[in-house]
Amino acid sequence: MSREWARPIPGADGVSSTYWEAGARGELLFQQCPACGNRQLYPRALCTACGETPEWVQASGRGTVHTFTIIRQNYAKPFRDELPYVVAIVELEEGPRLMSNVTGVPADEVSIGLPVEVYFEVAAEGIGVPFFRPI
Amino acid sequence: MIAGIGLSDYPKAPDLDGVQHHVLAMQRALADCGVAKADIDGYVGAGGSGVMIDDPVTMAEYLRVDHTYIDSTMTGGSSFEFHVQHAAAAIKDGLCDTVLVTYGSDQLSRMGRTLGTGGFHRAGQRIGGPIQYEAPYGNSLVGAYAMVAQRHMHEYGTTSAQLAEIAVGVREFAALNPDAMYRDPITVDDVLDSRMIADPLHKLDCCVISDGGGALIITTAERARDLAKPPAYVLGAAGAQTHWNISQMPDYTECAAARCGPIAFERAGLTPADIDTIQFYDSFTITVLMLLEGLGFCGRGEGGRFVEEGHLRRGGDLPMNTDGGGLSSCHPGMRGIFLLIESVRQLRGEAGEAQVPDARIALACGSGGWLSAIGTVILGKEHP
Ligand SMILES: [Zn+2]
Repeated sequence: MSREWARPIPGADGVSSTYWEAGARGELLFQQCPACGNRQLYPRALCTACGETPEWVQASGRGTVHTFTIIRQNYAKPFRDELPYVVAIVELEEGPRLMSNVTGVPADEVSIGLPVEVYFEVAAEGIGVPFFRPI
Repeated sequence: MIAGIGLSDYPKAPDLDGVQHHVLAMQRALADCGVAKADIDGYVGAGGSGVMIDDPVTMAEYLRVDHTYIDSTMTGGSSFEFHVQHAAAAIKDGLCDTVLVTYGSDQLSRMGRTLGTGGFHRAGQRIGGPIQYEAPYGNSLVGAYAMVAQRHMHEYGTTSAQLAEIAVGVREFAALNPDAMYRDPITVDDVLDSRMIADPLHKLDCCVISDGGGALIITTAERARDLAKPPAYVLGAAGAQTHWNISQMPDYTECAAARCGPIAFERAGLTPADIDTIQFYDSFTITVLMLLEGLGFCGRGEGGRFVEEGHLRRGGDLPMNTDGGGLSSCHPGMRGIFLLIESVRQLRGEAGEAQVPDARIALACGSGGWLSAIGTVILGKEHP
């Protein structure tokens, strides 16, 4: 995906700007709670388990497909020009899950449990968006 | 209890806008039970039909309901199951006597049929809030439910044919409803042969997109006794939420029905075996399966086999969506109010050819968002 970014752009806010900026450097972050150890994505201003302020941790970038779908109909640009494509929930090896696309493999060959690794596309300055492809 | 019910026109009403759907449904609900508009002292709505005036405070002004109780709970399609729970509690607590709930949408006439796969955002648009973590990936409404179905199949061996069984059964009831959008019988193969929208969900695994509106009049047991129609008593109601956006669903094969179901049954002093008919949110076939398991009509992971056994069909022991459901009859965006209206029709014996013989206890279960916020209402024919 070396073409120009035509997708919706994440609107970096107080917490998410750290996450997207790391992405622009090629690093995938998740959050871990110093009080209770809970790990989470998406990033928030609080630990969802205990309410404390979480810390950032760099992920290995490896994970597996927890579940997925193959989108075969979407009228919205630019996605309608990319059909069919895979939307997946990826479970990182550290635990947290996130939505992404799995690319670099025919859609029909994606399955639950497929090992994947992260790569990034730059959506705008300081905003690197994670995508995944099979390891 | 629910004293009055009203539907506006569906599935397609090009001459009505969203607000007119609210109004028509209200007029019919008042006429249904004989309550005077001036007697309403509570207003409840979810808004969300896309028309600016549709927000509950504006609707209260437009309808001119001088209320002492308002609830604008918006949990998506399940809003109205939450509304009944809240209104029953408010009436019991004396905040008001007679609550009007309205809903209306001209979605089909206004927007056409692209909602489920029309994309949530425009190219290049800046997205804030939690959806910023999903918007770049081009998921669709159908895709969110499809990921639940995919995981359910992976963990439990559920098949597309089992899911299709749900659509086939609901279509059987739609054939009995002259207003239903699709009435021709379908087979499991028809569902499996229909176009794949988001694997593993086919076109016929998905609900229709329609216009429509509904209204409820909820009042005290005392007032309901003097009204035109027999009331439906709220025996137990409860709601729960596990997430909103699909990437945050804690467990892709269990929804909040597993939390609110037991509470509703406990309040009613009943178990799933006591229910005569269910009206379930059937945005997609998988939605039904998740609600069946969550509420305990079958064990976790056993939903596929359960629907294959025919319980939900006409003549089964748990007839479901006797009006033709969202899968075949009408789905204007937030279907929860129709589940309650059909439940009341069944308890009154007004369901015509689709009448479940001797229906005494009905259960309505709404799912809002992406199996996110689930509301369960158990209604009974007799005073508890
Ligand atoms: Zn914590």
